[in-house]
Amino acid sequence: MDPVEVAALKKYYGEIKAVDGISFTVKQGEVFSLLGPNGAGKTTTIEILEGLRKREGGDIKVLGLDPWGKGYELHKRIGVMAQGFTFFEKANPKEAIGYYADLFGVKADPEGILKEVMLDDSANNLFENLSGGQKQKMGLALSLVNSPELLFLDEPTTGLDPSARRAIWDVIRGLSAKGKTIILTTHYLEEAEILSDRVAIMNHGQIVAMGTADEIIEKHGSGERLEIHGSEELANYIKTNTDLKVEYNGKGLISVTLKGRIDALAALAAAEQSGLEWGEIRTRRDSLEDVFVHLVSGTVDEHGEIKTDEGKSSKGSS
Amino acid sequence: MASAKRVLSDLRVFGRGYFRNVAGLFFGLIFPVVLILILGAIFSGNNAGQITVYLQNQDTSVPANLPSVAENFTQVLNSTGTLNVQLVPVSDNFTQYLSDHSSYDGIIIPANFTNDYFSEKPINVTVYGNPTQSSNGIVLGVVGGITDFFNLQRYGGTHLIGITAAYIGIGTPKYIDFLVPGLIGFAILISPMFSMVNISSEYKKSKLFKQLSLTPLTKFEWLMSKVLWYVFLSVLSFLFMVMVGVFVFGATINLTVWLIPFFILGPMLFCSLGMLVGTITKSVETASVVGNIITFPMMFLSGTFFPISLMPDYLRNFAHVMPLFYVVEGLNNVMVYGNVMAALIDIAVVAAITVVVFVAAAKVFKWRED
Repeated sequence: MDPVEVAALKKYYGEIKAVDGISFTVKQGEVFSLLGPNGAGKTTTIEILEGLRKREGGDIKVLGLDPWGKGYELHKRIGVMAQGFTFFEKANPKEAIGYYADLFGVKADPEGILKEVMLDDSANNLFENLSGGQKQKMGLALSLVNSPELLFLDEPTTGLDPSARRAIWDVIRGLSAKGKTIILTTHYLEEAEILSDRVAIMNHGQIVAMGTADEIIEKHGSGERLEIHGSEELANYIKTNTDLKVEYNGKGLISVTLKGRIDALAALAAAEQSGLEWGEIRTRRDSLEDVFVHLVSGTVDEHGEIKTDEGKSSKGSS
Repeated sequence: MASAKRVLSDLRVFGRGYFRNVAGLFFGLIFPVVLILILGAIFSGNNAGQITVYLQNQDTSVPANLPSVAENFTQVLNSTGTLNVQLVPVSDNFTQYLSDHSSYDGIIIPANFTNDYFSEKPINVTVYGNPTQSSNGIVLGVVGGITDFFNLQRYGGTHLIGITAAYIGIGTPKYIDFLVPGLIGFAILISPMFSMVNISSEYKKSKLFKQLSLTPLTKFEWLMSKVLWYVFLSVLSFLFMVMVGVFVFGATINLTVWLIPFFILGPMLFCSLGMLVGTITKSVETASVVGNIITFPMMFLSGTFFPISLMPDYLRNFAHVMPLFYVVEGLNNVMVYGNVMAALIDIAVVAAITVVVFVAAAKVFKWRED
């Protein structure tokens, strides 16, 4: 049995299909990312798995339990860091850990946990005085108090500066190395690519691609291409004289799809033979970003955050 | 099952946070004490009800073999408890002195008062006053009574009809005696009410409730810890107010076990009411507006600052629908009148309202959404 099994999960808010029949499983010890623009349905999905929201349809088992019906039992075995984590303003991280330990009825080692999330230098600072990154780290720390088998991290780095993000990544990598199963939602491509074993790309409540980054690129990307700077005339020449798939982008770039390395030789031989001018050559694969942009018809901004036009009109950040 | 350990742990975190929050501490603990000091000083200072009257004794040449009747007269005036007699030097112009002291009320004992009294010559004590002021009538009445007494004395007569002043209850209830229970009711209302309206709407917005729902803490345990905290705070603020009432204003306070139901039910009622308001409203702003609409009329119209017997009929009827009214009335019955039977009715009413509001709040309040 896998820690998380989801089949045909549905959640509607009136007309809006927040989650529209998705299925996936997460394996023991895996870091699994739900990647998608705002409003794709990531948080709704993760909150249903945590037992915070009721599903409309489908079957889910988290650690073998139905999260909505057996939430109380489940919560003792999972750790959750909610999106935009907040806590009592007038409590410090050390007290917060003590509080959670009492609630869970476990013995906790506040120093150890704070060290693990790299917050030991702010153990006695009130929550209201912590920086954004420190607050998120405290959220991570609290999610670890009950030594959970499974961790849910909902947008753990949203709104943080690059160095704070990297610090959180280090913490997550450390947890993964200790064998924790982690489900992560993010709208940062880089984060998903760096941290996760497998990624599910969500858009409009559906999973549009799933697998390792390479698998997704393989399946949804265009494969390896040879790009030649040259004219449309040259493109046509190569097309007529070889049986390769050739495209011209209208701006002086010829793209030849390669099924094997030998295809590149054939294309270059044809180019040389044509007697036409040609410039720089290179081979290229689609990155996860290319695939992503193609799949969710969006763009990725300078911070690596995904933007779609439709995403803005969808329901909040659910 | 509710776990005492979880309730206490939540109580500890909440209480510590409360004491670290200066504004909350002020409104919860200090503010009612400040109110009692201010209102107590205004309405029941030590000279409450006494009228200051200026007296000039012009009877300076008393024969050595006679006691000064003028001095006797002055002493009796002072001992009535109604007048606070201030002596004016004989050398001063009396009317000028009165206007310099912004006063209308004055008495002049004429020269040769003692001599004339013993030689049974008619004498006149002059009473100054402003007929439009109620103090004038009181001063005339007191002086009139005392001159009658001195006249009778001179001729060896006796009083046939006397008066005994009597009051109902424990000793003489003063304004402060009503103010202390009223302000305890006030403290029982405002701290839990304002705080819970704010917390329950704020935690809902910041998703803190959702977070807590992911721990074994139940919403019942959470609410329990809040009720316990405000019970503690109410008792603490009760002790402060009683100390101020007794030591500063000499209030008479009847401490009995019958106070206990009010210290448990009151905070429970207003915690639940605050939570209900914070839960059913959509935003923090609306919650605070609705909270104020409920709290302010209740605060002023439930007999907290003044007895509702001073209010017109329609307002008095209004007071009877305020839950706080029964808390304050009950506290008055217990602390001022020592009337346990009447207090039992108040306890029953408060208990019934508490159950209804508590159940409603617990029903509406959700850790997680559907």
